[in-house]
Amino acid sequence: MNNIVELIEITKSYRRGSEIISVLRDINLSIPQGEFLAIMGPSGSGKSTLLNLIAGIDRPDSGRIIVSGIDITTLSEDELARWRAFHVGFIFQFYNLIPVLTAFENVELPLLLTGLSKGERREHAITALKIVGLEHRLNHYPSQLSGGEQQRVAIARAIVTDPSIIVADEPTGDLDKYSAEQVLDLLAGLNSQFNKTIIMVTHDPRAAAKAKTIRHLDKGILNATRETSF
Amino acid sequence: MTPLVIYNLRNIRTRRLTSLLTGLGMAFVVFVFSSVMMMAEGLERALVDTGSYDNVIVIRRAAQAEVQSTIPRNEASIVETLPWIEKDIDGRNLSERELVVLISLLKKDGSPSNVVIRGTGEKSLSIRRQVRLKEGRMPRPGSTEIAAGTSIKKGFQGLEPGSRLRFALREWTVVGIFDAGNTAFSSEIWADIDSLMQAFRRPVYSSLVFKLRDPEDFSFVKRAIETDPRLSLEAKREIDFYKEQSEVMARFLRILGSSFSIVFSLGAIIGAMITMYAQVSNRIQEIGTLRVLGFQKRDILMSFLLESVMLSLAGGIAGLIFSSFLQFYTVSTLNWQTFSELAFRFRLTPGIVLKSLVFSIIMGIAGGILPALRASRLNIVNALRTG
Repeated sequence: MNNIVELIEITKSYRRGSEIISVLRDINLSIPQGEFLAIMGPSGSGKSTLLNLIAGIDRPDSGRIIVSGIDITTLSEDELARWRAFHVGFIFQFYNLIPVLTAFENVELPLLLTGLSKGERREHAITALKIVGLEHRLNHYPSQLSGGEQQRVAIARAIVTDPSIIVADEPTGDLDKYSAEQVLDLLAGLNSQFNKTIIMVTHDPRAAAKAKTIRHLDKGILNATRETSF
Repeated sequence: MTPLVIYNLRNIRTRRLTSLLTGLGMAFVVFVFSSVMMMAEGLERALVDTGSYDNVIVIRRAAQAEVQSTIPRNEASIVETLPWIEKDIDGRNLSERELVVLISLLKKDGSPSNVVIRGTGEKSLSIRRQVRLKEGRMPRPGSTEIAAGTSIKKGFQGLEPGSRLRFALREWTVVGIFDAGNTAFSSEIWADIDSLMQAFRRPVYSSLVFKLRDPEDFSFVKRAIETDPRLSLEAKREIDFYKEQSEVMARFLRILGSSFSIVFSLGAIIGAMITMYAQVSNRIQEIGTLRVLGFQKRDILMSFLLESVMLSLAGGIAGLIFSSFLQFYTVSTLNWQTFSELAFRFRLTPGIVLKSLVFSIIMGIAGGILPALRASRLNIVNALRTG
């Protein structure tokens, strides 16, 4: 199976005053195309840092990150931003929708960077909102939507550019049980029906259970793979 | 409109009060800037409109204004023999020797100000076609009668037809009101030239005005007058002469307006900067999200800069709308070049609109650039952690 993501000898540390805190140590990780991977671990274990590195919004101290055949650690900041626009869909714990834009406009936002015409952007955004079941909420502002609906809009925004990978940082962390279930089913559906590669960081074992594979990260070290029954 | 522009517009709308106050600051500065420019333009236009392209005014060489000029009778006679002067239907030269003196009159608010009294002849009206009799009649030759321009009648005391005015040890009766539109003649009082010379004991004229038969002959006229060894006079097209009359005052007004505007704009720029810094602080997570979605640093910079410019441009447009109402007002002030009162209207021109809008945009950029730079330089991970 082709690996869409490869992390080779990744280390990452942060400086807090004079103290250097090591977050990730010699991480090696291969994620095949079409994988639904859950990364679990206690708070401060480096899950989000790992996700940020894969998504190209942070840089490692050393090592290489290859996504869809591109070593993103060699890209300049502008190149990395352009790369993110086409290759990564990001889902946040707190949805991170732009409050002054409607659901449709939020989903259309990443398409501004693709060079599509206005009509094409509209078509893509409506299709993405249909996939998440919110085609009837196009003109609603985030404040007019429930938490679950907001996260579904965020998922539509993440998939609208048809990215190579979708990364989700605690996507159910702010949702009630029912909404969380809907969001996880949606992610699982994107993986199974559209063969989307999803990398999800979560604390929640029930969320992780929806993934095909679970990896545990503890004190900056990635533990062995565990297949789920999904 | 792209969602990013909508994003900026909606953010402005969301914080209505702050936007309104910032915009009002900008509006005030643009109002001051444009109104002073309109004043300078109005003054200049009033004087430019006073002159006619086909009229020539002859004054003493090096005199800046008619009140400083003296033309002896013999020199006036020599000029009147020039062949390029237009004739009237009776075959007489369309030229007039004129005297300009200043007297102090009381304005309607009780304050004194200098007023031009012009000694004119019977052909003065034919030479200045923009001057039309509105009420009564023009002064008769040899009489102590005067006619007042509409602006001077409106702004000064005792210039109603039939009323009497005392100056130069004589009583003068107002017999007519003339309208010269928005020109300097509307701010003058006209009297008979000979009566005025006697009253002020002036043996010489101030200027000589004549109409050219062919306006393109001006260069011949100028050369003939200025190279004649018997004359120490100079000839100017009337339109250029009056334009020069406005230069000092118009330049002063423009410098004054620009200086005030720059000082005031510092306040408005600081206001915009505070507003935009607050916006950046309130929207750090949104900035992080936009960067994650693939927007580059320069997109964020441009977005915040655009928002600041939108705000300042809206303020600028509001300021221009306010100042445009000034066009309905006529102001009267002392022209320092002629030392006399001049009434004119504020004039809004496309050039002033353009300058004001460019000024607003500059204020928007100056107020928005530092906050926009801060926004664009935020670290993505740190920005996303700001909840």
